[in-house]
Amino acid sequence: MNVLVKGVGVAGLAVAVELASRGMAITVTDHRPSLEGSASWFAGGMLAPWCECESAEQAVFDLGRSASDWWEAALPGHVRRHGTLVVAPLRDAGELARFADRTMDGATWLDEEGIARLEPALAGRFRQGLFFPGEAHLDPREALVGLQQDLAGRGVRFLLGRSDVVPADNDFDRVVDCTGSGAVGKMQGLRGVRGEMLYLHSTEITLSRPVRLLHPRYPLYVVPRAAGRFMVGATMIESEDNGPMAVRSLMELLNAAYALHPAFAEARLMETGTGIRPAFADNFPRVSVDADAIRVNGLYRHGFLLAPAMAGEAAAVLAREAGRLDAPPQNQRRAFR
Amino acid sequence: MLSLYGTDFASRLLLGTARYPSPAALAKAVRISRTNIVTVSLRRETAGGGSGGAFFEMIQELGVSVLPNTAGCHSVSEAVLTAKMAREVFRTDWIKLEVIGHHDTLQPDVFALVETARILSGEGFQVFPYTTDDLVVAEKLLEAGCRVLMPWCAPIGSAMGPANQHALRALRAHFPDIPLIVDAGIGRPSHAAVVMELGFDAVLLNTAVAAAADPAAMANAFALAIEAGRQAFRAGMLEPRDMAVPSTPVIGKGVFQ
Repeated sequence: MNVLVKGVGVAGLAVAVELASRGMAITVTDHRPSLEGSASWFAGGMLAPWCECESAEQAVFDLGRSASDWWEAALPGHVRRHGTLVVAPLRDAGELARFADRTMDGATWLDEEGIARLEPALAGRFRQGLFFPGEAHLDPREALVGLQQDLAGRGVRFLLGRSDVVPADNDFDRVVDCTGSGAVGKMQGLRGVRGEMLYLHSTEITLSRPVRLLHPRYPLYVVPRAAGRFMVGATMIESEDNGPMAVRSLMELLNAAYALHPAFAEARLMETGTGIRPAFADNFPRVSVDADAIRVNGLYRHGFLLAPAMAGEAAAVLAREAGRLDAPPQNQRRAFR
Repeated sequence: MLSLYGTDFASRLLLGTARYPSPAALAKAVRISRTNIVTVSLRRETAGGGSGGAFFEMIQELGVSVLPNTAGCHSVSEAVLTAKMAREVFRTDWIKLEVIGHHDTLQPDVFALVETARILSGEGFQVFPYTTDDLVVAEKLLEAGCRVLMPWCAPIGSAMGPANQHALRALRAHFPDIPLIVDAGIGRPSHAAVVMELGFDAVLLNTAVAAAADPAAMANAFALAIEAGRQAFRAGMLEPRDMAVPSTPVIGKGVFQ
């Protein structure tokens, strides 16, 4: 079977991985000239099914729970299984209890000493915290690049940018559309949710795992990357505007980072970025099937967490279709829940 | 009926639209609470001039009145500009006016609030001012043209409930004919029942519903509490009696002392 995958965000690449492992011939296209610029490029890369349940349905947990294993298998050595640390300023200590209540019993409570043992840089800064030992993280940019290299090595064809050789859909047996926020306005019920993030560089602070700082208005996470870099995110604004980061958002994120550790005041601001998360009304992704394409979309803030499960579902749909090519053409829509 | 600038509403619950787990969860809370009015923060959701697009469409498809607000404004000029943008986007003269004076507690800057209310009323807006429970500020807002008052009962998001019932009662007593809507500080349904028992006309909620584990169930709980408080206010309640102070003799004692 000869398949066209549209989109080189995490959804498209995960779909390509699943299809390649089933022996299909795959071409991946994107209007972008490189992997940079998709929502996935600006992601936190947290594989945090428990923490995400704080504001998501349990289905996110069920589908995301095996994500770490999928990524480890796809990209050995990329997944860091160090868990997640959640802290709150003293005034917002009540938020910790609320967070613990909603996160599927995935956490253990820590006191000051427990926090210091996990993250010496945060010693003495918080009285209480929550530790989610089952969670993991990866570097989204390294992961995207790694997947592309691996796929290219396995014969997957990548046609990126406005190339003259972009093939027509009907050159292929089937199209899998993973264009994310590019489909806003074309796909019923799909909207964009703006997310702004920044990269800091500091040699003073070392963190081993994502740290979430709870605050009723400015919740924040800091994800350590290699070589003293920290990804700080992320705003959630109901807008499809992908223009540069707003000053207000920058101040809020930097304030929160400073509250986590004052040494971040001496860090260097390396990058600010804006991505548009694609989302349906329930903020839960879907695999939908019609005559033109299988569509994987709506991954919202759960791209790296849920792309493996959604890619598996899309591949299963394709495999079923391939098994009944003689059957009458399908023109059905179905939601995968 | 709740009457706001000449329009009547059956529900005495107003819902904010921020911080729900998803627009679907918001829609369910709106439906179950039977609210007639939702507030929408224009500034936050537009990210500096771009369109809120699909989210605003979803809000308008809820089939309830939209009360845009100027959340996040810290000055007269910002609030005026945001109000004008809101009038264009939502095609309504209603504006919930917030002018923030303190970035941490989000306490209103009542001086700028009164000034902005005067400007907007003069331009034909129907202003719903988010204010403190200060009686004199309330008077100034009415002078500025407001016909609804939205005092806090505690700081926004604090979930403390009515912190100063005396001030709330004073507002009710001094402005018997002005719709009074408690905006901010409500944490749980019993808080909402208390302010409705004090004779307030309505309650505006956001965080208490949006951040609940089950927003729709909490919206319903609040709707019931608000209705209960309202009915109790209308039915007339017993005043508490201090039984620690002796007054009439007890049967069997038979002796006046």
